[in-house]
Amino acid sequence: MEPTEHLFRHEAGRMVATLTRIFGPHNLALAEDVVQDAFCRAFEVWKVRGVPDNPSAWLTATAKNRAIDFLRRERTARTFEPELSRLIQSEWTLTPAVEDLFATSAIKDDLLRMMFSCCHPRLGEESQIALMLNILCGFSVDEVAGAFVSTHAAIEKRISRAKKVLASSKKLFDVSVSSEFSSRLPAVQRALYLLFNEGYHGASPESAVRVDLCREAMRLTALLLEHPRGATPATYALAALMHLDAARLPARVDDLGHLNSLFEQDRSKWDSKLVAEGQRLLDLSATGPELSEYHVEAAIAWTHAIADRTENTDWERIVSLYDRLMTIRSSPVVALNRAIAIAQRDGAERGLEAIQAIPDSDRLATYPFYHAALGEFELRNGRHETAQEHFRTALALARSPMEREFLKKRISACEPVPQDQAQ
Amino acid sequence: MSEYVFLYRGGEAGRSPERVQQSMQKWMAWFKELGQNGHIKDQGQPLERTGKLVKGKQKTVTDGPFAEAKDVVGGYTLIEARDLEQAVELSKGCPILEVEGGVEVRPVMKLNM
Repeated sequence: MEPTEHLFRHEAGRMVATLTRIFGPHNLALAEDVVQDAFCRAFEVWKVRGVPDNPSAWLTATAKNRAIDFLRRERTARTFEPELSRLIQSEWTLTPAVEDLFATSAIKDDLLRMMFSCCHPRLGEESQIALMLNILCGFSVDEVAGAFVSTHAAIEKRISRAKKVLASSKKLFDVSVSSEFSSRLPAVQRALYLLFNEGYHGASPESAVRVDLCREAMRLTALLLEHPRGATPATYALAALMHLDAARLPARVDDLGHLNSLFEQDRSKWDSKLVAEGQRLLDLSATGPELSEYHVEAAIAWTHAIADRTENTDWERIVSLYDRLMTIRSSPVVALNRAIAIAQRDGAERGLEAIQAIPDSDRLATYPFYHAALGEFELRNGRHETAQEHFRTALALARSPMEREFLKKRISACEPVPQDQAQ
Repeated sequence: MSEYVFLYRGGEAGRSPERVQQSMQKWMAWFKELGQNGHIKDQGQPLERTGKLVKGKQKTVTDGPFAEAKDVVGGYTLIEARDLEQAVELSKGCPILEVEGGVEVRPVMKLNM
C-alpha cells in the first residue's frame, strides 16, 4: 500500500499534540523526539514490508510504547502533570492510563488544544503561525523558512523562542473552559487566516509550498469547525473565504508558470467544487448578529466567484463591501484593494484619486502591487511613461521570479505602439 | 544467476516528516523495480541499530552499536544478478546513497564441489 500524501506531516501534528498533553508542555522537545523516533522505525520497517493497512494506528502504537518506556524510566527523575504523576507511579495504572490518553476521541481535542496553545497572547502573529506550521503541520525549520522566504537561522530563532513561551505554561490550553475558549478564538482564527494568506499571496517562489500552506490552513480550520465551540459564524465565514479563494488557485499561475491577475485569469479553470463548498459554508456563516471581517472578505470572494468575466463583476457591490471592511479592519492593503475596485467601477482616474487618499500609504511603499496598481491606472489613462516608471519601481520590489516575470510583461505593455503600426 | 547480499550502511531517514516520507517512498519504488525485474531473492529485514556484542573465549558481552553511526548496518537484502558488475549497477539505484549512506555488495560464496 502507498502512504497517503503528507501522511507523516499530519501524523506528526497529532502525535506531538497528544504526547505534549501527556508529558506536559515543558517536555515538548521530548514529545518531538518520541515522534521522530517512531517515524524512524516506521521508515525502516515500511520501506521493506510496505505501509500497513492502518498506518496511523501503527504509528500511534509505536509512539505509545515509546512513551510508556520513557515514563517508566523517568517517573522519578522528571516532573509531569500532578494527575499523571500519580498514575504513572504504579505499574498497575501506568499502561492503562497511557492507553486512555491515546484514545481517538482524546487525540482530536489534542490538536485543538495545541492550536490554541500556539496562539499564546505573548507570541506575535508571525511566531504563532511559524509554531503552528512546525508543531501541528510537521514542517521542519527549513520548510517553514522556505514558506516565509526567510533564513534557517531566523526561523529557528523564532520557533525556539516561541517554544520557550509554550514550555513555560504549566499545561496546554484547556479547550473545555467556555470563556477562555471564546476569548482566544479570534486569535486562532486570525492565525489561520494569516497562514492561508501566506500561501495565497505570500512571496515564496515555489508554488507547491504555497498550495501546501493553503491546504494546511484549510485542514486546521476544518478541525476548528468540528468542535461545537469552534464552529462559530466567523469560523464558517473564514472557511468559506478560504474555499472561495482557493478555487482560483489553478488559474493564478498558468501552464507556463506565469502569474495571472484576477482580470486576466481563465475563469473556466476555477475549481467549481471549491466554489460550491465555499457557498455552502457561507450560507452556514449567515447566522447571529456578528458580521466579521471574514464574512465581508468571503462575500467579496463570492462576488468574484459568480462573475463569469471581469466585466460582469458586480463592482458596485465589491466597493461597498470594501467600504464595510474598512470600518471593521482597515489597513493600507484593504484601502488599496478598494481603490482597485473603484477604478473598475468609475474608471482609472477615480482609482488614482482613491489611492492618493489612502492616509498611511507610506506603509505600502515596499509592496510591489501598490506601485503596480498605480502603473495600471496610469496606463489606462494613456500616460505610458509614468505607468512604466511605476512598474519599474514595482519590479525592483518584486519578491519572486514569478512576480518579476509578471511585472516585466507590464513594463513592455507600456511601450508606445510604433507610428507605422498604429495607422 | 548468482546471489549477492546488499548490506545497507549508515544513511539517515531525515529530520522532517515530509523528508522521511519521501525517502520511504523512494525505497518502496526501488524495491518494487528490483522485484519486477526478478532481482530480489529475499527482501530481507531491517535491523535495530543497537544490540549486544559477544566476544572471545571469555564470552564478554558489550553493548552495541559496534561502529560509528555512518557504518552501522541497518538491514540487508538478498539479490539475484548475472554477475558482480550487474549487482553493483543495481545497487546504484539505492536511495540510501542520497543521504550519505552506502551499500556493501557481497557475493554469496558458491560451493563448487
